[in-house]
Amino acid sequence: MSLVKLTASALAIAAVSATAAAARDNVQVAGSSTVLPYASIVAEAFGENFDFPTPVVESGGSSAGLKRFCEGVGENTIDIANSSRKIRDGEIEACAAAGVADIVEVRIGYDGIVFASQIDGPAFTALEPADIFNALSDKVLKDGEIVDNPYTMWSEFNPELPDVEIIAFPPGTKHGTREVFEEKVILVGCEESGAMEAMIAGGMSEDDAEGACMALRTDGKSVDIDGDYTETLARIDANPNGVGIFGLAFFENNQDKLKVATMGGVMPSTETISTGEYPVSRPLYFYIKKAHVGVIPGLQEYASFFVADEIAGGDGPLAQYGLVADPELAATQAKVEALTTMSEE
Amino acid sequence: MTDATAQGPDASRPERSGSLIALDERTRRRNRSERRFRLYGLIAIGIGVLALVVLLTSILSQGLPAFQQTFVNASVYLDPAKLDKNGTRDIEEIKKVSTFGYAPLIADAMDRKMESLGIDPEEFGLSDKDALEMISKEAAAQLRRYVIANPDQIGQTVEFRFLANGRIDGYYKGRVTMESAERDSNVSPAQLRLADELKADGALGTYFNWDFITAADASENRPEAAGIGVAIIGSFYMMLVVLFLALPIGVAASIYLEEFAPKNWFTDLIEVNISNLAAVPSIVFGILGLAIFINYVGLPQSAPIVGGLVLTLMTLPTIIISTRASLKSVPPSIRDAALGVGASKMQSVFHHVLPLAMPGILTGTIIGLAQALGETAPLMLIGMVAFVREYPGAPPEGFFDPASALPVQVYNWTTRADPAFVERASGAIIVLLLFLLCMNMIAIILRRRFERRW
Repeated sequence: MSLVKLTASALAIAAVSATAAAARDNVQVAGSSTVLPYASIVAEAFGENFDFPTPVVESGGSSAGLKRFCEGVGENTIDIANSSRKIRDGEIEACAAAGVADIVEVRIGYDGIVFASQIDGPAFTALEPADIFNALSDKVLKDGEIVDNPYTMWSEFNPELPDVEIIAFPPGTKHGTREVFEEKVILVGCEESGAMEAMIAGGMSEDDAEGACMALRTDGKSVDIDGDYTETLARIDANPNGVGIFGLAFFENNQDKLKVATMGGVMPSTETISTGEYPVSRPLYFYIKKAHVGVIPGLQEYASFFVADEIAGGDGPLAQYGLVADPELAATQAKVEALTTMSEE
Repeated sequence: MTDATAQGPDASRPERSGSLIALDERTRRRNRSERRFRLYGLIAIGIGVLALVVLLTSILSQGLPAFQQTFVNASVYLDPAKLDKNGTRDIEEIKKVSTFGYAPLIADAMDRKMESLGIDPEEFGLSDKDALEMISKEAAAQLRRYVIANPDQIGQTVEFRFLANGRIDGYYKGRVTMESAERDSNVSPAQLRLADELKADGALGTYFNWDFITAADASENRPEAAGIGVAIIGSFYMMLVVLFLALPIGVAASIYLEEFAPKNWFTDLIEVNISNLAAVPSIVFGILGLAIFINYVGLPQSAPIVGGLVLTLMTLPTIIISTRASLKSVPPSIRDAALGVGASKMQSVFHHVLPLAMPGILTGTIIGLAQALGETAPLMLIGMVAFVREYPGAPPEGFFDPASALPVQVYNWTTRADPAFVERASGAIIVLLLFLLCMNMIAIILRRRFERRW
């Protein structure tokens, strides 16, 4: 019988403490796995230097994070969503429908997207967006006609590229990186190679042509990676000719295993990205739920600390890890102080 | 006559070559097929053992280094001019100096250390900043914690043992080599040579790393400081919740179904459903947990209580099935005897059947718990895959604080960029395996000691 008593009392205690533990005292963050390392660096430093508890940071992808962010207002919803892309109009509407009307958008800096192969693999020193498009797109322009991608070697369309088999590992569609890859590399390459023009001339509307451009080949030469960059790295390790797509920070932490490709003749680095010479970069954001400021202790302080010069500035720990500092950081700081929402901008 | 009867069967059968001593073709064939079968069995076991050996060697070789860590010994002068400008020793004033303000103290300490050892970093082509980078960024935090806990020490020189940077540590574990450092912008061969020099002078050494077991997770800038303390506590809390919920509910359900429930289509339906639930993929319980416990009931995210509830749902079928099996194995004569001397149905169950079935129930529970301990998928959906640095409080409030769990921590670390986390993930797997081994041992011991055969 003592077992029953024990259980009953345990349940009673649990029920009592459920009401006692109602007030949440830590900031909760979720979203992009690209922003996660930066957010955890900031959370760690924040916990060390302030009397507030260290914020809890989850990953799961930009879209998943924004979806949870838009679930509503209250202690069981997250306070901040990290995102490696700008929030979409549809998401803002979904937020507003759930009562999350006031959102503060904070841009923390820029992230470069790099193409890299195994350290002992072929060197890609003359890569252009058009080459990536020719290598990976489902339909390409060949001899003036739109055909199913016939290429099997990089050197077939650009003699300056190595004479090796095409095999690439782009991020899967749930990643924010994929969107940037499609817009800044594939679409640009589609236009540069003339395929876009040929498709529109062939009777496609502009939207359809864009869609056709961004469809990647499915014959096994382009393999979507739904996991993290570590999975891409493992694939590259196993494939001497494989080309992977990484964030700059990940590459900088694994320089002894990866050989980076230039894009348009420019080597990716924090410098070339901040000057805009290296073309494939994207801003990183986090979104604050304004209704939670003042309710969840430390939320405002965490946001301000994130964009402070000593953290997000050019010499701060985030830049050390691979973030390209935002030249307009001062404006962002003012925005966080004043909590200017997106609708007020 | 006897001759005739003896010869009778012989005449009707084919000639036997050599009676009982020399085997005939058919017996030989049977024996061959048995030998073949034994060989198949041996091969099957061999493959299993080989897989286990490969798995264990890979985990152990990668993970054991996580229990060792490179440290730098330094004596730091806690400069009042930097830490307490007004000299009031007011704790609020001291707290205003952030970890960034502590870095110069460490740089200074390193300078003096190298001077006293007669090492000049310039000789290695290193600036003071390069030398400071060899120490973990955790050092400033460690120093600040110490000063805030002991403000009276300001102005004194105190001995510290700081973590070395993850790359320097990797050099002594074979992860980083001179060639790879050449290509790596995070560490230079000159720094490695300086580290060698410091090691020769005893300023740098490798020690057992208790922090790996007790410390919290760390960010990507300091993999050397990451530990599994929060994950162990989180897993422990979840196991407590599972034990206190799944055991009584499971045992009560099984006793009712086995001893009291009428046998009709409804109990058959329940039985089929329980067997089905045992085979449902665990992620389904995670989805259910998110929908019910977090979105509907409103329990907090990333909390061990929610993890425990989800794992309870997952473990219940296992416990119910094993409990029913052990109740069934108690011979009916025990029940009949109890009822025969006038015990009520309930007395016969609780005084006689249940105690005899207890070893089996406990074994089933422990195996269910071990299964739950290693479960990752459902926890991903309820926010346990998170960067959590705060230790959860003491129970029962601690059940509602954010925490991590061991298998989730392993998953988390394998997705990080810095290669040093791979080693720590394998280290965490070793700890997890040790826990599982202990639990299974207890289950075996319970079974051996208390099980009765009828």
